[in-house]
Amino acid sequence: MTTGDVLIIGGGLHGCSAALHLARRGLKPVILEKDWPGRHASGVNAGGVRTLLRDPAEIPLALAARRMWHAIGELVDDDCGYKTVGQVAIAENDAEYDRLKARAGTVRQLGFDHEELIDRAALRSMVPSLARHCVGGLAVREDGFASPYHTSLAFRRKALALGARLFEDAEAERIDRVGENWRIAAGGQTFEAPVLVNAAGAWAGEWAARLGDTVSFRHILPMMMVTERVPPLVEPVVIASGRPLSLKQMPNGTVVMGGGYLGFGDLRTGRNRTDFNGLQKSAATVAELFPALHSARIVRSWAGFEGRMADDIPVIGPSAAAPDAFHAFGFSGHGFQLAPIVGRILADLITTGETDLPIRPFSANRFAA
Amino acid sequence: MTAFRHDVAVVGAGPAGMAAATAAAELGLDTVLFDEQPAPGGQIYRNVEANRDAGSGLAGLLGDDYVRGRRLAEAFRAGSAAYAPGTSVWEIEPDGTVGTLRDGRAALVRARRIVVSAGAMERPVPIPGWTLPGVMTAGAAQTLLKAADAIPDGPVVLAGSGPLHYLVAWQLVSAGAEIRAILDTTPRANTRAALAQLPGALGQLAQIRKGRRWIAGIRAAGVRFVRHVSALAAVGTDRLDAVDYEADGRKERIETPLLLLHQGVVPNNQLADSIDCARRWDNVQACWHTQADAWGATSVDTVAVAGDCAGIGGALAAEHRGRLAGIDAAARLGKIDAGTRDRLSREPLAALRRLAGLRRFLDTLYAPAAPFLSPRDEVVVCRCEGVTAGELRDVAAHGCMGPNQAKAFTRAGMGPCQGRMCGLAVANVIAGARGRPVAEIGAFRVRPPVKPLTVGQLADLEGVSRDIASLDAMPTRPGDEAGETA
Repeated sequence: MTTGDVLIIGGGLHGCSAALHLARRGLKPVILEKDWPGRHASGVNAGGVRTLLRDPAEIPLALAARRMWHAIGELVDDDCGYKTVGQVAIAENDAEYDRLKARAGTVRQLGFDHEELIDRAALRSMVPSLARHCVGGLAVREDGFASPYHTSLAFRRKALALGARLFEDAEAERIDRVGENWRIAAGGQTFEAPVLVNAAGAWAGEWAARLGDTVSFRHILPMMMVTERVPPLVEPVVIASGRPLSLKQMPNGTVVMGGGYLGFGDLRTGRNRTDFNGLQKSAATVAELFPALHSARIVRSWAGFEGRMADDIPVIGPSAAAPDAFHAFGFSGHGFQLAPIVGRILADLITTGETDLPIRPFSANRFAA
Repeated sequence: MTAFRHDVAVVGAGPAGMAAATAAAELGLDTVLFDEQPAPGGQIYRNVEANRDAGSGLAGLLGDDYVRGRRLAEAFRAGSAAYAPGTSVWEIEPDGTVGTLRDGRAALVRARRIVVSAGAMERPVPIPGWTLPGVMTAGAAQTLLKAADAIPDGPVVLAGSGPLHYLVAWQLVSAGAEIRAILDTTPRANTRAALAQLPGALGQLAQIRKGRRWIAGIRAAGVRFVRHVSALAAVGTDRLDAVDYEADGRKERIETPLLLLHQGVVPNNQLADSIDCARRWDNVQACWHTQADAWGATSVDTVAVAGDCAGIGGALAAEHRGRLAGIDAAARLGKIDAGTRDRLSREPLAALRRLAGLRRFLDTLYAPAAPFLSPRDEVVVCRCEGVTAGELRDVAAHGCMGPNQAKAFTRAGMGPCQGRMCGLAVANVIAGARGRPVAEIGAFRVRPPVKPLTVGQLADLEGVSRDIASLDAMPTRPGDEAGETA
């Protein structure tokens, strides 16, 4: 039997971030990963490091995470491929611009000033290759992107260097409360610790249910495509505001496109497929917004398993039903940026019972009727 | 989801594809054959209809086998299968969807059954210097010979093993190319092991004699022929200057501007892999085989594989495997009953059994030597991203469990070829470093499009369904609307 202070189900970015922060505080976390860290959403997501257009409940966390991203090397001894290139949501017509303008007002009213409304000329100088019909946008110049798998690997390495233990190919099969401990059978072994963290990504809904929490959760498979290397075209991450699209050019020249359409997958086997009916829509949007990409060759498309809550914001915090159990899941397609801070929040809650960040909107019992 | 447009879609017009389409159409199925080439034939019978005059000119040079392909092409042309030349297939789906690209127009079409007969590709030969200009594969030289009647205009060295190596050498000798040397890398141990398989191959003596004839023809022409070559390396700075090797314990160097490498062919199983058809590792052929029954049916019940793309069997076997897949499609789609299927299958199944002994003999004799499967540390394995065998061994020592993780650790397999070139070598190198069988290490997951498709072509994709799922556009998410607060 392997024992520790905290059992973490899921070795993705959130599981490794929690392990890293717990290990920094001298605890002995044990990560149980059914495949390998970064196999699913953590390793194959779009890598957006975005505070722009966050749900208001997420803004304080996203801004705290951003400070950590700007010094990510201090946290994980690795730059994670992070670049502060800015993110911009574009308006393709006046109606979209008015909505972005109203959004900017809302955010200011809430006391935040990170989102900047920009006019046609400012948008043009920020993204010169963008199609002429775009009328303006909402930008955060301190946002950026990182390399997802690189980041997962860095968090994993740092967590392990600090003393966390990782068991790969260890799918948790059975969970029991034994005295004051959680006991998990995984990959033919038994693990025991007084505290449990559910960071199981697309599989976390099932674990929440086993712990007795009723959450409105489903798994989704956001799709992505990447082109061959093309000449420098776009610096910031570009989001369409009226239709699904997120686009960025990586340092090696490839252009990654995603941000909306969903593929298919089987949670049991972990296999998934892209759907070209949806990818066609993404390509059509890209072709309209970036005429220069018309002739760029697409070399690969993929999809990743992700957890999505009915209200599109995650569950972060203690289980409402089980003792000494904590959740971090349901990031609904935008959890990558939050990972450094959510790990810290879990470590706060586990070591002190409280945190200085406003996490009440993310409670596990908010779906209870 | 779009409606079915065909009963059967066949991908690839080599011997397997032509035979499958001909059989399926003959048995009453609405059949379409998609192929990249402008004319039927595939790689082995490329341009077979144009190179017409048997016994003279190019057709004579390319041998009886090549002429055999003409009969297949004629039968296919005479049948009722629709033919879409110049069409690449960039994806297939288990629901029968086929993504095609013809004249720059991309489309999704649906068929009740898909037969993938995408053929073989040459095994890439990662040796020191293999990425230098002036180094190419024997098959590429043969393609030029078949399609453009072109031979190298300077001296050439061929280095490798296997039937195609000798055939191309013989074809180039016959066509008047200046060959400096033919370096045979077949290991001594292979010959001994193959002798044990010889009795099973005796039924196909004519085929073995043909190989002997090529080698005899090369020697008769006075071309230098060196056996048991090892430590092969291409030498040069900006381009190839020479080839280094060892034979009989001596290091040798031959100056040459052109080096043709060959280590056999491996299945082009990208399409079947892209939909997770079950596969198994074949130790003798040192490549993955798509798992299939005697009729080519895969673990995905709408998809069959036929010919070399499912496991190397050669052109003659491919023809029979294609015919079986066509017959089985007719049975599965209700055009013939099970008894008829079995009766029609008897002859091609018997022919395959006769060919199996020869295949085992050839596979054993020409199994690539270990350094071609798992090269030395300094050798570039993934040429798109410039990743060496040593880098892969290094990440394997630091927790990288297999090819899919190696992508993220090193970018191996993430360039324009998407691992088509380096996949086998990456798996072999990691398997060696971890001391595990390749079967356990696995292979790159194949992600569509498996053939180039531009953003513009995808944007104009025809035949798409409107029934798609999406995340909402960002600003319409709950809480993001103006006026709402947390």
